[in-house]
Amino acid sequence: MEREAMEFDVVIVGGGPAGLAAAIRLKQLATEHGHELSVCVLEKGSEIGAHTLSGAVFEPRALDELLPDWKTLGAPLNTPVTEDRFLFLTEKRAFRLPTPPPMHNHGNYIVSLGNVCRWLAQQAEALGVDIYPGFAAAEVLYHPDGSVKGVATGDMGRTKAGEEGANFAPGMELHARQTIFAEGCRGSLTKTLFERFQLRSGVDPQVYGIGIKELWEVKPDQHLEGLVSHTIGWPVDQATYGGSFLYHLENNLVAVGYVLGLNYSNPYLSPFDEMQRFKTHPAIRETFSGGRRVSYGARAISAGGFQSIPKLTFPGGMLVGDTAGFLNLPKIKGSHTAMKSGMTAAEAVFELLRVDDKIGREAVDYPHRLKNSWLWDELYRVRNIKPAFHWGLWVALGYGALDTLVLRGKAPWTFRHTPDHTSLKPAAQCKPIDYPKPDGQLTFDKLSSVFLSNTNHEENQPCHLTLKDAGVPVRLNLAVYAGPEQRYCPAGVYEFVEESGQQSLRINAQNCVHCKTCDIKDPSQNIDWVTPEGGGGPNYPNM
Amino acid sequence: MKILVAVKRAIDYNVKARPKSDGSGVELANVKMSMNPFDEIAIEEAIRLQEAGKAQEILAVSIGSAQCQETLRTAMAMGADRGILVQTDEEVQPLAVAKLLQALVNKEQPGLVILGKQAIDDDSNQTGQMLAGLLGWAQGTFAAKLDVQSETLEVKREVDGGLQTLSLKLPAVVTADLRLNEPRYVKLPNIMKAKKKPLDIVTPSELGVDISPRLKLVKAAEPAARAGGVKVADVQELVAKLRNEAKVI
Repeated sequence: MEREAMEFDVVIVGGGPAGLAAAIRLKQLATEHGHELSVCVLEKGSEIGAHTLSGAVFEPRALDELLPDWKTLGAPLNTPVTEDRFLFLTEKRAFRLPTPPPMHNHGNYIVSLGNVCRWLAQQAEALGVDIYPGFAAAEVLYHPDGSVKGVATGDMGRTKAGEEGANFAPGMELHARQTIFAEGCRGSLTKTLFERFQLRSGVDPQVYGIGIKELWEVKPDQHLEGLVSHTIGWPVDQATYGGSFLYHLENNLVAVGYVLGLNYSNPYLSPFDEMQRFKTHPAIRETFSGGRRVSYGARAISAGGFQSIPKLTFPGGMLVGDTAGFLNLPKIKGSHTAMKSGMTAAEAVFELLRVDDKIGREAVDYPHRLKNSWLWDELYRVRNIKPAFHWGLWVALGYGALDTLVLRGKAPWTFRHTPDHTSLKPAAQCKPIDYPKPDGQLTFDKLSSVFLSNTNHEENQPCHLTLKDAGVPVRLNLAVYAGPEQRYCPAGVYEFVEESGQQSLRINAQNCVHCKTCDIKDPSQNIDWVTPEGGGGPNYPNM
Repeated sequence: MKILVAVKRAIDYNVKARPKSDGSGVELANVKMSMNPFDEIAIEEAIRLQEAGKAQEILAVSIGSAQCQETLRTAMAMGADRGILVQTDEEVQPLAVAKLLQALVNKEQPGLVILGKQAIDDDSNQTGQMLAGLLGWAQGTFAAKLDVQSETLEVKREVDGGLQTLSLKLPAVVTADLRLNEPRYVKLPNIMKAKKKPLDIVTPSELGVDISPRLKLVKAAEPAARAGGVKVADVQELVAKLRNEAKVI
């Protein structure tokens, strides 16, 4: 079938901090040099920010470089961090620990990253960037010489069976001289690029965490605007990598979240229930008493850091932001590095495009520029902190202190990562975890939580959670691992149901909050997350 | 014939509306807003009439803040030819909306006005009826099917007992119900084209309309939480509970 095509100089896939920073930087350079440059941003969410979920404590370093007058431009960085707390929890008690140096947040701001993106999008549009929310890039297009030609948006209006429905509208081709992939953690197109261009050969596998977040409106007497608090320890054991955040924003809003390393080994573990249980800790629960939960969401994050950074460029395009994996884990921040990578890519792309009109060139200057920037240095220094958690929490904290304070990241060794989907132990070797029942006040079940994420997908469309082998869920996942997808999915998408003695996997794809955990954690990598119809997924406000 | 379609920027249908903590209204800060779904149906119907050769021009009108321009651009990306925004940051209630639309109708002289039957934010379901009253035009509300002839318009209406068919003299006001059509997907190139379509901005005072509110919002609150159900053992217990606890029999 013939699809319509549109031509741009640069197409950017994904309207998060990385993609928008790239778009802004490109237009700034074009204006500076008096060049015409058409830049288009595609975003699968129904609007910019709809799929953006982060803590978030925001380090303004990259923003200072991109838009130095962000204050006068009205950037929603309204809450400077006033205090850092770092706590170790046991079941009943909380111990204040010295805040590790990377987690000092003086000069940073507590923000809603979704709102920061909404604002960045306004700045980009004012510079002439075409932003198209509600359109998912579903396919990478190639020139006959194998270089990337652009992307195609997904078809709209296909029925569940894959046929053209009454309102069917075929996808569009967007051709570009350079395509920048800014899909965020575990991008579905990036995954195909990794394979096609062997971008991961010679680097460590990417490792991940899942972050689950709620936004609360708390009683004014429980609110301490500017307070940033992190915990480690309970409710997870010291072999499991996990910790919480609690950020006090403006207007009595508190963001609370739990991040869990996806290299956990007990298939009975449920990140969602750990998050719920965490809130019941005596040192934590008071914050929420009398408050109300106003939003919920979840998203995977790339945690591999330096040794997992793939080759970033290929003929016709490149990777920026968390789809490449620039998160600084000890800092638990990635939006400043995401933005910096987008800006750096933009500078390399602009240099490339102003020289000539050749298609399919590779912006090799982008990784060079990145290696000479603060981003590279920052990630290099902290590269051994996350892998040290392999030895458990206490060793890791000790090593972290040694590495940060004494070695200053200059140790002559680099620890390696192993992929998260290989870490599950058979259920028979593990103890089931008995999670407390939700009380409906402080703790909740998955469905009422997903309800608050404003998630929706057109019901009559092909399932976007595809299985390579439909037999694997029952044969392997259920038989050996007790069906871990029922527990790691924070949105209740996966359910094993029994009908006349036969177990089968039901996939409630409409609930999917696009966190990508299933694509990462499925033991045999049988689940392939592909983009649903554009506009589907969560509609996060203020997340 | 020219068709005027009114489109409202409303809280998105996927968003769970939440009252502000002080009860002064619904929380809208950074909440996704989009075109009222019934207005989308109204626009779609106008486009289909145009595609069938029954209308020459489609004019989309929105009333509200500057952001309503986005809603008008969506209408134009679907197929409306031009847009007018009556821009105001004041609250506009149904009667004021009807008066503003009346003023625009007098100016633009459309042969047909299509509106959504109601907006999903306040569910007033008043504007179409008031507009028809102010104009002295025929009205066909809750339309499920339209058949436009040269002088008349046949409207199948959704009523409680089923469908009612009215024949109206044009010009007329129609409000769209859910089954009138299924709106099309907006295409990317059309979004680009819509950016270049004409969009005029006027103010209520330029139209000579006083929009001061006549209704007062007393309080916005969440509906009371439903108490959990109980299982009863038999009919006797059910009857006893209905009589003594629920006091409904």
